[in-house]
Amino acid sequence: MLDADFFRRWMAATSASVDREAERLTALDSPIGDADHGSNLQRGFRAVTATLEKEAPDTPGAVLTLAGRQLISTVGGASGPLYGTLLRRTGKALGDAGEVSEAQFAEALRAGVDAVMTLGGAAPGDKTMIDALVPAVDALDEGGFAAARTAAEEGALATTPLQARKGRASYLGERSIGHQDPGATSSALLVAALAEAAGE
Amino acid sequence: MSDGKQVGIVLVSHSAEVASSVAELARGLAGGGVSVPIAPAGGTEGGELGTSSELIAAAAASVDRGAGVAVLTDLGSAVLTVKALLAEGDELPYNTRLVDAPFVEGAVAAVVTAATGADLAAVEAAAAEAYTYRKV
Repeated sequence: MLDADFFRRWMAATSASVDREAERLTALDSPIGDADHGSNLQRGFRAVTATLEKEAPDTPGAVLTLAGRQLISTVGGASGPLYGTLLRRTGKALGDAGEVSEAQFAEALRAGVDAVMTLGGAAPGDKTMIDALVPAVDALDEGGFAAARTAAEEGALATTPLQARKGRASYLGERSIGHQDPGATSSALLVAALAEAAGE
Repeated sequence: MSDGKQVGIVLVSHSAEVASSVAELARGLAGGGVSVPIAPAGGTEGGELGTSSELIAAAAASVDRGAGVAVLTDLGSAVLTVKALLAEGDELPYNTRLVDAPFVEGAVAAVVTAATGADLAAVEAAAAEAYTYRKV
């Protein structure tokens, strides 16, 4: 079973990972975006860690809902509402249970990913975070956290040959081909942090 | 008509200057002296390019006269942030709508229409109709 501590570890591991990878995320965002993805997410997840320490929510749903709200209010770029919606919808789907099973979490995360697709209008293949998240959720259902991490990383790598159809990168048309998508890359970090929190 | 109360207009841009200048432009083109409540929400709280949910929520609260609030945005995170706030449920005043309209032309149409005392649906329709005006 997964408790509030597990989800706090997830957010802390994500923040640490985004700190380590911020320069790489921003570098990926330079040719096809506006070169702020790393710094925006770093600011957002640091604020998430701080607010979780301060407010100490005590259920999985409350941890993720609070984290999501914090991302929406502090990131300042499109990744704020997108990641914020992902975590908040996942949190809302978990309700107020003190512990949730992996299967319940996988179902909730799928609801979160669906909400991101609705918000941004992106589908798999559009060269967005969805290309890492959808394979991750599918793998989570079948193989657990480690399988989800591998699927998200492969999904992020597979965005390189795609042409962007959403967001700032879509203005570049064919010139977006050949670059790995920064949002899919940070989504893979988020999923990898999940495996880290689970000790896998 | 909505009891003499005017619809509030919020203009969300990545740039504080763009948001406030478009507000000024719309008010000016609507004919000086219109009393429509208009609030810009541009850039981040730190004064950089970006979107701030706090500035958007504060702007919406400041123009809410009880007749609804029409929010116009430029692009990207401005659109997504307003949508995320609307999905939240309690962050924006009751009867706040994201209006699908071109930013500058839509803002002018929204302010002119709101100045007549039109309701939120009419303001939204006028702003959205600005998309149909072709320039060439």
